[in-house]
Amino acid sequence: MSIDSMFVHKMWDDDELKKMVSGGVPFPMLSDAGGRVGKIFGIFDESAGVETRGRFIIDPDGVVQGFEVLSPPVGRNVSETLRQLQAFQLVRETKGAEATPSGWRPGKQTLKPGIGLVGKVWEVWKTNQAFD
Amino acid sequence: MAEQEEVGCARPTGGPVGEEPSTENSQQQSVQKEERKMIMVGQKAPDFVAPGYQNGKFVNVRLSDYLGKWVLLCFYPGDFTFV
Repeated sequence: MSIDSMFVHKMWDDDELKKMVSGGVPFPMLSDAGGRVGKIFGIFDESAGVETRGRFIIDPDGVVQGFEVLSPPVGRNVSETLRQLQAFQLVRETKGAEATPSGWRPGKQTLKPGIGLVGKVWEVWKTNQAFD
Repeated sequence: MAEQEEVGCARPTGGPVGEEPSTENSQQQSVQKEERKMIMVGQKAPDFVAPGYQNGKFVNVRLSDYLGKWVLLCFYPGDFTFV
């Protein structure tokens, strides 16, 4: 979503994005003229008149589970966004019985929060697991 | 999910759903502004409608139509930049 009109979105997809991604962008490219939606999400830069790089993960109940906001010069890490999405999906599937510690990726160890884990995280989780 | 939109010469706009109608009382408006809530994790995302483009069609999207699915909502400064 950006302040560009849907007509500009079409031109961008037709003229440039289809050269990067076969078939073009598959999801809706939304238009937020005036930044009215960006304002309620707190990511509209009033002085520059544009949206900053806000990214929100919204679960099937419509609840915000995570967000990240970057200023315009720095792009995002899509792999990290997908990792967070997979982590939130796992937590939801296990109804909170499992949690994903720092550095978790699919296939890596989860933690099972409970009284037995208090003071014992150091036994089951090592700091090198925080890194890839 | 995203319903197709007929295109005219006008530039369609969207916006928040359920927004209070604006009043002429500027003092009251500034009070409302201060009360605007920050986005918080664990709380509902504000609903909105927005026009857009998808796969050769102009569409109209409402966030709440995606209840039951995971949504990744990304804002960026402008077309023809990176994301």
